[in-house]
Amino acid sequence: MSFFANIDWSDIGQACLDTLIMLGGSLILTIAFGLPLGVLLYLTGQGRLSQNRVANVVLGVIVNILRSVPFIILLIVMIPLTVMLVGTSLGVAGAIPPLVVGAAPFYARLVEGSLKEVDRTTIEAVQAMGATTRQIVTGALIPEALPGLIAGATVTAVALVSFTAMAGVVGAGGLGDLAIRFGYQRFQTDVMVVTVVLLVVLVQIIQYAGDALARHFTRR
Amino acid sequence: MIRLIDVIKTYPASEAAALDGISLEIPARGVFGVIGQSGAGKSTLIRLINALERPSSGRVEVDGVDVASLSSANLRTLRRRIGMIFQNFGLLSSRTVAANVAFPLALAGVPKAERETKVAALLDRVGLTDHAAKYPAQLSGGQKQRVGIARALATDPDILLCDEATSALDPETTRSVLTLLRELNRDLGLTIVLITHEMDVVRYVCDRVAVLERGRIVETGAVTEIFAAAKHPATKRMLAALAA
Repeated sequence: MSFFANIDWSDIGQACLDTLIMLGGSLILTIAFGLPLGVLLYLTGQGRLSQNRVANVVLGVIVNILRSVPFIILLIVMIPLTVMLVGTSLGVAGAIPPLVVGAAPFYARLVEGSLKEVDRTTIEAVQAMGATTRQIVTGALIPEALPGLIAGATVTAVALVSFTAMAGVVGAGGLGDLAIRFGYQRFQTDVMVVTVVLLVVLVQIIQYAGDALARHFTRR
Repeated sequence: MIRLIDVIKTYPASEAAALDGISLEIPARGVFGVIGQSGAGKSTLIRLINALERPSSGRVEVDGVDVASLSSANLRTLRRRIGMIFQNFGLLSSRTVAANVAFPLALAGVPKAERETKVAALLDRVGLTDHAAKYPAQLSGGQKQRVGIARALATDPDILLCDEATSALDPETTRSVLTLLRELNRDLGLTIVLITHEMDVVRYVCDRVAVLERGRIVETGAVTEIFAAAKHPATKRMLAALAA
């Protein structure tokens, strides 16, 4: 156990907490922005309920641009905007805006993909009942796609874990920050090992919980 | 009564018109069949009646009202008067049988207590009372179509559109579903429009039939007449297929 003798466990605890807060906060906001964006991408698509080529192309290009910027660059480019939004670019609060901007377009594409899997006849049947587009989305599309939407959120959450670790580079706090400051810059391999193990465990838990939740809502 | 007047429907992707000058009168309270091979334009034709498809030119009237002229709110009201069932059923897999049947009622804003009474009566009508709490994936094809029928009847429509409703079912189940449609026509005075590629279905359930070939109606009349003396080669061909 002497390998771990020099670790400050309260630092690790705080870092875990920071990571969990960043993850939870950014995941909620990512779904809050990504889900409607994905629904719009779907609805405006070719042959869909609110087909609109211009809107679809514009949204698609924005999503693609945001998805093509490497997250580490996005973190830096977004600093002025982040300061405007939350008053600081540092700490847990400063990490959340770039995390959301990085992950929401990714989740939106996964949402779009899940919605496309919904049986066309089912949508048509609901349309034929006299449903409004809003009723079709909330009453049929989203409930029918729910297992897929949950699986997508799980993939997004795992991506967010790695994003939060990267956010450590610009002083976000959390396990990634700890790994960089102690593990990398101070050559404390023990800290590095512990943080990596904790990140692995976190990802396993997310995947397990996501799979279980998706299974719970599958009726096929 | 449903009336189509000089209806043409073209799709941007294809040169040939899907429907090429259709004029048709479908009398109220009857069972009207439209028969044709795949690609003849049957699906497009039936979807014009509840405006899931819009004609490129011509008019579609339901009880004298031009369907295309309706505002979206009035169109939704019209759609509640027109039930529809599908080859692949179109049930919501995330909802139970009872919740599927209740869905159109919920959309129409019917209060919960009233919905429950109604759903129970509808499930009884189609013989699925014992399956109310199941999910569609747990049912057979024939049972799924019965759920589809119960759901289509939930808002008390006076028209029922059947889009190849028995094509995914085995012959015996087809018979029982068609018998149910016959009973509904008789008991509720429901106008039924069904499209099919099977003459057998027409013979079993329809009063009148129109034969559709490459977007045109080549023959129309009472089923007894058509079976006794078909004039058009397409009709004769389909009758020959039935005899074989």
